[in-house]
Amino acid sequence: MPNALPFKRLTTNSTEWITVYIEGQPVKIRQGDSAAAAVLVAGLQPSRTTVVSGSGRAPYCMMGVCFECLLKIDGVENVQGCMTPACDGMQIVSQQQARQLNRTDFSDSDLSSANLSNKNLTDKKNEDPSV
Amino acid sequence: MNIPVYDLVIIGAGPAGMSAAATASSHGLKIVILDEQTAPGGQIYRSISNPAIADENILGADYYHGRSLLTAMRYANVDYLPGSIVWAVSPDLSISFSRAGKSSQIKAKKLLIATGAQERPVPFPGWTLPGVLTCGAAQILLKSSGLTPAAPLILAGSGPLLLLIAAQLNRAGVEIEAILDTTPKGRYLKSLRYLPAALRNLPLLIKGVGLLVELKRSGIRYVNNVSQLKALPGSNQLLSKLQYSVDNRIETSSCTTLLVHQGVVPNVQLTRALQLEHQWDELQQCWKPSLDSWGESSQAGIFVAGDSGGIAGARAAEYMGELTAQRIAQQLGKLNKESLLKQTAKAGRLLYQQQAIRPFLDAMYQPADEFLKPSDETLVCRCEEVTAGQIRGMVAQGCTGPNQTKAFSRAGMGPCQGRLCGLTVAQIIADERKVPVKDVGYYKIRSPIKPLTIGEIADLAE
Ligand code: FES
Repeated sequence: MPNALPFKRLTTNSTEWITVYIEGQPVKIRQGDSAAAAVLVAGLQPSRTTVVSGSGRAPYCMMGVCFECLLKIDGVENVQGCMTPACDGMQIVSQQQARQLNRTDFSDSDLSSANLSNKNLTDKKNEDPSV
Repeated sequence: MNIPVYDLVIIGAGPAGMSAAATASSHGLKIVILDEQTAPGGQIYRSISNPAIADENILGADYYHGRSLLTAMRYANVDYLPGSIVWAVSPDLSISFSRAGKSSQIKAKKLLIATGAQERPVPFPGWTLPGVLTCGAAQILLKSSGLTPAAPLILAGSGPLLLLIAAQLNRAGVEIEAILDTTPKGRYLKSLRYLPAALRNLPLLIKGVGLLVELKRSGIRYVNNVSQLKALPGSNQLLSKLQYSVDNRIETSSCTTLLVHQGVVPNVQLTRALQLEHQWDELQQCWKPSLDSWGESSQAGIFVAGDSGGIAGARAAEYMGELTAQRIAQQLGKLNKESLLKQTAKAGRLLYQQQAIRPFLDAMYQPADEFLKPSDETLVCRCEEVTAGQIRGMVAQGCTGPNQTKAFSRAGMGPCQGRLCGLTVAQIIADERKVPVKDVGYYKIRSPIKPLTIGEIADLAE
């Protein structure tokens, strides 16, 4: 449930206002806000938990760099919230751990040999890095 | 499959991309801009086509200067494709990108990378807590949504953007608890030798001083010589306190939002993936692609302009975009060498003036060591949760570079693909091995440089 102190809106140029649903609760936002901005307006922090330790995170860079704004949007997991314009009726919930499935992390596999089973994503080892 | 061919493909619609497009179109080139954002402007002129804030005094005239670039781009004959994520570029300049969930390919005769800067990662204990954001993030929220952070609010770090966002928030009536300046002692002296050159850009220096005066008059508590930042959580996993040291005293302040900043660095994800030659910039403490004076990279036909080629600021990016576009037009036979030199003389002079101030700013605001080589307990890889201590441990075990520590710890392997740990990991390894950072290198970046769905890849096969 949204419980953090929300970001506040200054007087803005006129535009349309739309309603999104953050964890099921209606929130009025400005047309043009990103899904990550909507989360900050609603006070949904943390907005995701990490894969490794389950610790809470929230949008950090707002420019597509850090991937801390991953959200579940309209049922799709791991959507980069700051790069996703919000639209009327959008359902946004926090992203819980699940490493992947929609936007796939191929960062360590070659496209030519793209492993379409997402294998390198699911077999996360908890190895001791000093070994 | 028929692949559209363009004379010039520009990636990014910030100042460099916008001005390059306008210039190139004056030569009749067939141009397309692929932009990650939903509207032109890049980060510096974000939402300039539809600014959120009603009161234009808040962001100031420098922001609205972006309108002139926007107008020039609109009059130009350019295909603009917003919301396009480039994920691969092949050596023959075929470019794969996805847009609205669909993948496509185009071919370029010349490619201009104008992907701008990202903020330098600012690792310190607790920087991953919800409530800690970058100053750039706060500025983006202001520009595109008119949103201001929850109070109590503290700003901590070093550099011109820190001062600018503080002034903008203050003008917007946002209460700022404190500005904690982490610029190390002695920097003013060190940067003095670069001051004479900086005087060539007197207007910018005067603006900087103006910002400092504005902040001073505002009465906001301004603390110098701050070090040892540590963000502490409350019972709910959120940021609740900031601990820091000043004059060997440890202080603690309550805060809900902490905005951090340690300057910006070139966004090298794409230039790295293309395996262009890069060099280490010692003064700016970052990597940048090696370019000739026209912005052409080590691979003929691929150009880089603006901050992605080395940090010089928005105005410099604008002039560099123009220069580069002229050069490209010349290479494509649209003008001869002589008119090239004539037509670029003015932009060249303006660029030189912009660049003259950089060494002074870079020397003054070089981040303190604690942010370049953070303490053992600090997470350096936010995605895979690897600490500085773990990286040091791996070096002790014989790891000599970032690709090895990556293989052992997954640092750099998460969704951000090393964007937020690449610099730090390399600097820690260099420091432990007592060798220059350039000998340690950087992550090997492979395509796709942005995560993709399987469907998007499949599109290409059709
Ligand atoms: S907040 Fe950093 S990628 Fe979205």
